[in-house]
Amino acid sequence: MRRMTWFNVTSLTLGFAFLYLPMLILIIFSFNESKLVTVWAGFSTKWYGEVLRNTAFLDAAWVTVKVAFISSCLATILGTMAAIVMVRAGRFKGRTLFSGMIYAPMVMPEVITGLSLLLLFISLGMDRGVFTIVLAHTTFAMCYVSVVVSSRLVSFDQSLEEAALDLGCSPVQAFRLVTLPIIAPAVISGWLLAFTLSLDDLVIASFTSGPSATTLPMKIWSSVRLGVSPEINALSTIMILVVAIGVITASLINKRNVVRQRREEAAAEKLA
Amino acid sequence: MRRLLIAVPFLWLLALFIVPFVIVFKISLSDLAVAIPPYTPTLDVSEGWAGLKAFFAELDFENYIWLTEDALYWKAYLSSLKIAVISTLLTLLVGYPIAYGIARAPQEWRAMLFMLVILPFWTSFLIRVYSWMGILSQEGYLNQVLLWIGVINEPLIILNTNIAVYIGIVYTYLPFMILPIYAALEKLDISLLEAAEDLGCSRFSAFWLVTVPLSKQGIIAGSFLVFIPTIGEFVIPSLLGGSRTLMIGKVLWEEFFSNRDWPVASAVAVVLLLILIIPIVLFQRNEQKQREANQ
Repeated sequence: MRRMTWFNVTSLTLGFAFLYLPMLILIIFSFNESKLVTVWAGFSTKWYGEVLRNTAFLDAAWVTVKVAFISSCLATILGTMAAIVMVRAGRFKGRTLFSGMIYAPMVMPEVITGLSLLLLFISLGMDRGVFTIVLAHTTFAMCYVSVVVSSRLVSFDQSLEEAALDLGCSPVQAFRLVTLPIIAPAVISGWLLAFTLSLDDLVIASFTSGPSATTLPMKIWSSVRLGVSPEINALSTIMILVVAIGVITASLINKRNVVRQRREEAAAEKLA
Repeated sequence: MRRLLIAVPFLWLLALFIVPFVIVFKISLSDLAVAIPPYTPTLDVSEGWAGLKAFFAELDFENYIWLTEDALYWKAYLSSLKIAVISTLLTLLVGYPIAYGIARAPQEWRAMLFMLVILPFWTSFLIRVYSWMGILSQEGYLNQVLLWIGVINEPLIILNTNIAVYIGIVYTYLPFMILPIYAALEKLDISLLEAAEDLGCSRFSAFWLVTVPLSKQGIIAGSFLVFIPTIGEFVIPSLLGGSRTLMIGKVLWEEFFSNRDWPVASAVAVVLLLILIIPIVLFQRNEQKQREANQ
């Protein structure tokens, strides 16, 4: 029963072709000599040179990385706190509101989130720029972080924490020495998720940024609206490769850690 | 200590998630004005109680009445719903066989195939949508291939139509559909299918009577995960759709950035939110039920 039928093989082949062909075509045609994107005119890396010489792209890339780094760090701290509250804090006033506020931003249409934050910043009279984008990105990314971290918090053995407390640890020490190492992989995946969400965001950044700050997606957006361009193909290829390498490395490291953790847990069980 | 732990994320979300909505709601009751900020009235705290009273007196539901009178808006809401329903069904149709294929693949392949489904999710949404512009345009790769094979004599017009929007949505939201269905199918006990076949079911009816009902939870979760964000989608209809593609996310964006009518944009947002509450609550309830079933 476990063998692959022709139907399964076909659906997987077609499915993955559908998922990957568009990006593959984009990568191939980023090496196209011609300015006409859809006509192949020989191999060339000149568009990569154009991208790397384009200071507008480089400035925007720098702003994007800066925003993504700061907001993902803040989101990881806030999201981990929120996860601990959700899983460990028990009952408190406003708990339903709290969990609602964690889940709602994830399903909220970006246009609404962006509009509402912009109107907040304006009514506070804040100058819009890197700072306001960071605030906006932190807010929606922390919800994703808290979901990722709380799924790990739910699954691990709480008696380990209790043991640390019984042995004289303060709650802070118990968290630092016992809980944090155990949930660390989830915290790191949460950070990565927050970082890529921020890198990727167009709509919320467009609403919340001012004339002083343009992110890379905003820059790409304004040039893509005019049609396909070889420069954008080259830029996209660079971004796809960076993300692919990052994700694959992260998952390999994660896999190694999980294997090691399982081995240690198995060894511990044998001893007990 | 515990109080601080609760207070920090709580106050953050309160200030940057709830308060902004209150402001949106307030501005949706205001009038358009040629001023900075471009709406009236603005609350003048220095006038105290009288100022507050004058402020509330000037708020009204005019913008909402305007939304019902101008056909553009309700057509945009309806068309967003229609596009969301059709593309959710299409995504299910494309996603189910893939999820099924992964769940039936040999154990050692599954992690790898699973990873391949998630990987596109990490790459830029904007780039993934953009990659279809070169494929679907009139002189694009798809038309070149079809003309070369000889299936068509004239290039098809796909880009800037609703068909391109459907393709874009199915493409970008496919992982959201595959993952929950795969999660449901992976848990499915194969011996149930064998039992069904032993009892005289054909392969197809065994699939229809056993596999599909047992993966119902996954289908429901996946459909909501596609349906909910699609309604407010902005990037896909703007890049792949044409001038006749009407979606409410695009209308809101244009109302705000092109017409600079903030009160109407806010009213559009409030109504969109009210429409979305129904599927979001249903989705939450489904998730809750599933969690209880697992325990």
